[in-house]
Amino acid sequence: MSSEGKSNRGLTSAFDKKIVLQALADSFKKLDPRTLVRNPVMFVVEVVAVVATCVVLLSVVSRQPSPVAFDLQITLWLWVTVLFANFAEAIAEGRGKAQADALRRARSETIARKIENGKEIEVGATELLKGDIVVCEGGDVIPADGLVIEGIASVDESAITGESAPVIRESGEERNAVTGGTKVLSDRIVIRIIAEPGSTFMDKIISLVEGARRQKTPNEIALTILLSALTIVFLLAVATFPAFMQYGANASGISIKEYITLPILASLLVCLIPTTIGGLLSAIGISGMDRLIRKNVIATSGRAAEAAGDVDVLLLDKTGTITLGNRMASNFIPAPGIPVERLADAAQLSSIADETPEGRSIVVLAKEKYGLRAKEVRDVDAEFIPFSAQTKMSGVEIPGIGGSRPRSIRKGSGEAIKKFVTDLGRTFPQSVQKSLEEIAREGSTPLVVVENGDVLGVVQLKDIVKGGIKERFAQLRIMGIKTVMITGDNTLTAAAIAAEAGVDDFIAEAKPEDKLARIRTEQANGHLVGMIGDGTNDAPALAQADVGIAMNSGTQAAREAGNMVDLDSNPTKLIEVVETGKKLLMTRGAMTTFSIANDVSKYFAIIPAMTGTLYAFGKPFGPLSALNIMRLGSPESAILSAVIFNAIIIILLVPLALKGVKYRPVGASAVLRRNLWIYGAGGIIAPFIGIKLIDMIVNVLRLV
Amino acid sequence: MKFRTLDVVQIGLYLVALVLLTPLVGGFMANVFSGEKHLMKPIFGKLENRVYKVCRIDPSGEMNWKEYTLALLAFNLVGFILVFIFQEMQRYLPINPRHLPAVSWDLAFNTAVSFVTNTNWQSYAGETTMSYFVQMLGLTVQNFLSAATGIVVVLPFIRGIVRKKTDAIGNFWVDVTRTTLYILVPLSVFLAMVLVGEGTVQTLSNYRNVQTLGGQEQVIPVGPAASQIAIKQLGSNGGGFFNMNSTHPFENPTPLTDFLEMLSILLIGSGLVYTYGKMIGSMRQAFVIWSVMMAMFIGMLSVSLYSEWKFHPAYVSTPTMEGKETRFGITNSVIWEVATTSASNGSVNAMHDSMTPLSGLVALVNMMTGEVIFGGVGAGLYGMFHFILLTVFIAGLMVGRTPEYLGKKIETYEVKMAVIGVVAPSAAILILTAIGSVTHAGLSAINNSGPHGFSEILYAFTSAAANNGSAFAGLNTNTVFYNLTQAAGMLIGRYAVIIPILAISGSLARKKSIPPSPGTFPTDTPLFGFLLVGVIIIISALTFFPALALGPVVEHFLMLAGKTF
Repeated sequence: MSSEGKSNRGLTSAFDKKIVLQALADSFKKLDPRTLVRNPVMFVVEVVAVVATCVVLLSVVSRQPSPVAFDLQITLWLWVTVLFANFAEAIAEGRGKAQADALRRARSETIARKIENGKEIEVGATELLKGDIVVCEGGDVIPADGLVIEGIASVDESAITGESAPVIRESGEERNAVTGGTKVLSDRIVIRIIAEPGSTFMDKIISLVEGARRQKTPNEIALTILLSALTIVFLLAVATFPAFMQYGANASGISIKEYITLPILASLLVCLIPTTIGGLLSAIGISGMDRLIRKNVIATSGRAAEAAGDVDVLLLDKTGTITLGNRMASNFIPAPGIPVERLADAAQLSSIADETPEGRSIVVLAKEKYGLRAKEVRDVDAEFIPFSAQTKMSGVEIPGIGGSRPRSIRKGSGEAIKKFVTDLGRTFPQSVQKSLEEIAREGSTPLVVVENGDVLGVVQLKDIVKGGIKERFAQLRIMGIKTVMITGDNTLTAAAIAAEAGVDDFIAEAKPEDKLARIRTEQANGHLVGMIGDGTNDAPALAQADVGIAMNSGTQAAREAGNMVDLDSNPTKLIEVVETGKKLLMTRGAMTTFSIANDVSKYFAIIPAMTGTLYAFGKPFGPLSALNIMRLGSPESAILSAVIFNAIIIILLVPLALKGVKYRPVGASAVLRRNLWIYGAGGIIAPFIGIKLIDMIVNVLRLV
Repeated sequence: MKFRTLDVVQIGLYLVALVLLTPLVGGFMANVFSGEKHLMKPIFGKLENRVYKVCRIDPSGEMNWKEYTLALLAFNLVGFILVFIFQEMQRYLPINPRHLPAVSWDLAFNTAVSFVTNTNWQSYAGETTMSYFVQMLGLTVQNFLSAATGIVVVLPFIRGIVRKKTDAIGNFWVDVTRTTLYILVPLSVFLAMVLVGEGTVQTLSNYRNVQTLGGQEQVIPVGPAASQIAIKQLGSNGGGFFNMNSTHPFENPTPLTDFLEMLSILLIGSGLVYTYGKMIGSMRQAFVIWSVMMAMFIGMLSVSLYSEWKFHPAYVSTPTMEGKETRFGITNSVIWEVATTSASNGSVNAMHDSMTPLSGLVALVNMMTGEVIFGGVGAGLYGMFHFILLTVFIAGLMVGRTPEYLGKKIETYEVKMAVIGVVAPSAAILILTAIGSVTHAGLSAINNSGPHGFSEILYAFTSAAANNGSAFAGLNTNTVFYNLTQAAGMLIGRYAVIIPILAISGSLARKKSIPPSPGTFPTDTPLFGFLLVGVIIIISALTFFPALALGPVVEHFLMLAGKTF
């Protein structure tokens, strides 16, 4: 399934009409100071807006000569600033909500067939309790998370995974977990419910995509503190300014009442405090989670998404992540004196009944390389000996027909065949032993073929490293992420594959506990470790890892141990998750830098507007009007333009906050240099241009 | 007068000497702090052990950050009480040949705070207010100890970076003893000797009554000046023995003493950055910090030089020599001015009040950055740490990792503390200046009209909160209002920076250390240097732009228009 296909499922474009309308309504609901107080910067803007509103109302009521039109516009824009910030958050939430609603609708309509006292009764899915037993047959929707305790069934899990191919769920250890909301396609299973109402996997997903229980992540908290501190500084700078102004007014013998009104001070304050990042911070966080969801990864907390950006060691299972799942026959190496065709023929014969990908690849190779047509199983009157764990061999017995010799062919690992041959009292050729070692060194797996006790040679089964994976690892290295391959192969094989794939390190002959041990060592050295796993024996490692992604196809234990679940069960996802985490942090940093850099221009707009008449000594403008380097039309238009720019920059940056800043897998220095130019230097320059343009419009329209 | 080659040579000589001495002094200090062999160990080693024995200090016993902070505060509190009592009791104490009476309570309070906080703001005139006893055993002793206090605060931070998962950040008593014995005492003795050799006075005898050429009687104040001047320069104290500070020929008699005193202002501050690099094991990290300080210093120096040397039609003669010593001339006065304000020293060899508005702006900005351009001994570097942490936090996210500095994650706690360290002094400056510029008590002390008067108030409180101690002059600050508000500014500027950095040190020491990788936010590159300068300037500018606009900036524009104050 293509990634585009996935990202469209259940998710609508950011500016879907319905979502926008809903977000607009929410923007007003979010004005409630009890919710807004969670965002200190925006809370201050709201308080200031209320004060400005009171001033306007008072001056209307008291009919005092005051610039009501100007004050009113300022006040409106202050409110708009808060609304824009609320809108940014609402639209980010809205995207998740749309998906959650669809999920919830499906869930609430489900009827469960509960077994009570041996009888089947129908209850609503939401009424199921932990420990209840339900039965599902073809066509039923599984009502809640549970374990299959009886039967086997094919299940369509596309509701949560987007993967249309059905999966098998059966009682037992490995594939017994079923998820509420998925659909049984055929057969009948009995399920024991393992989740309390409201805390099923689906409920978790719903609340996560909704952002309903979203808590601030550690880095967001730290950033909020910094933003609050900046707000306090600017509060002080603005609060002390009238005193400084008063001194200047006294010294120049003029009155400056009209320049130190509450609405003007409010404008200065709101322009200075970091409203841009303050308004977008929560949208950035929500959309970061949303990007994960689009990749079909559910993070159980924002903290996990953040940690993903920090991960600098990845533990990757070889099979499925680095190599294709299956080995392929790539070469026939005959023993001395044996024609290669004979080896190929014997290997092919012994593999006809072997339905594993490896077996089929031998048949195909013999056909392609030596033109040996694969015989059908039924064409050969033969007895096939399947692979058994005891002998570690498989093969075929062909009875001698029409005077031909009977053929007894076996193929298996070097060790097994060696034992087989020696038991027969024959010798294992030295040169074959050499080929075995060579093949292992190349990272391939050798299979030895023997016929009637004669060792014919070796079939080389090659691990196929996934296309593009080497480049991917090279990128990771530039980003400072170390990759460690985990494999059950022996050291020689592992080393060869590691070299081919370009991983930094590997653990060969790995047992499940080795993963855990490795994670602990890396962590003790200060690294943050990410891993992806599926089996029950991965659970401890998943729990120990800083970012543990459980595959949705995995066991319940694994799913609960990790802090993310990959609905696609695609082991390569780990890399994408790390990139998404980085993108989230980068966006947050870029917006913070941009927001602070913006302030420079606002001083150059507002300070000359407020102080322009000081020390004028009779002239219309004093010396500080020289600071008006943007040549803004009038003091009033300058202040209004700054406030307008400050508000609309929030809405202009919403798409960027939702999409995230551009991410490139290059080293930290290069990323920093690029982002500093764009968001640092750009953040200083852009508002000079923006405010000037708005000022021109304001003056053309004669708004002040 | 014109800016000549000789001026360039003077500036060059000053910078080169500073650059050459930095690794020497810095390397030596690193050896002292890490307890390694060094030059002074054989001389003072026995004394060091003796101090521990007498004071019952276990030199191997380490403290956590709270214990360290409490020890530091207790140490300073005792210092404060002693200086205060000495001033109040000086008529009953020995070595008071002029029989000076008790100092007024508010002045004594201000002075005690001032010297304990390494500010050395002087609301008094030394020669007419303080006895030799107070000057020597009160003030000079604090010159040493407040400087040592500043220096040692850097050490827990270094340990916090280097150590992992521990509460121990060092032993305050050991750090302060070593700093004083091995670094401050030998350097000051050496400098004092040279000064005496050049003619700086050092005597316990009474003021001289002499007959002037005009046949008049004149009292010439003398005293044990050289010993105090050496440490006042080296320890970024700045409190002169005489009221005129280093403009006075008895404090600063020759071009050589002027050069050495100027050099001493930045010597330890600059050397400490080298020490830092050596102790954290990365000279590159230190070099970037040092370069940031040096670049800002040269930038500020250039603006000030330009402004002083440029022809301004508003002045009758430019460059204007008002308030400057003819012995030192323009260039030396400007180097000193920029050095003393950037280094939180506060000594002067010219009157800042009389400088051009842009020079005044430079002096103010130097202090408003939190004195991180080399800065006060120790204070400059630990102030810089606050900015580094903020820079790392703001920009660090842009590389796609949560922020870290030298392998230590910068989290909520560190941000909170760094923010306090940067914001508290700024808040003090803004609030106190606001009070000063609208109340009668504040305004009545001003000598000049117009924006210059505002600059005087702003400068006074900035100098206090930055623990600089230099005065713009032109403001009569020996009033109850100024003595108390200044004291408040000094206390906030000192301890609201020190306590947070110690808290951060403790927190960093407890963290594990993340090994660097290509994905790590680089803090040892020129790019980080630019970023750090940017953050320092933007944060300071954003905080003080309105105040500066109404002070030196408007004054500058008015001067260009031909109006001076």
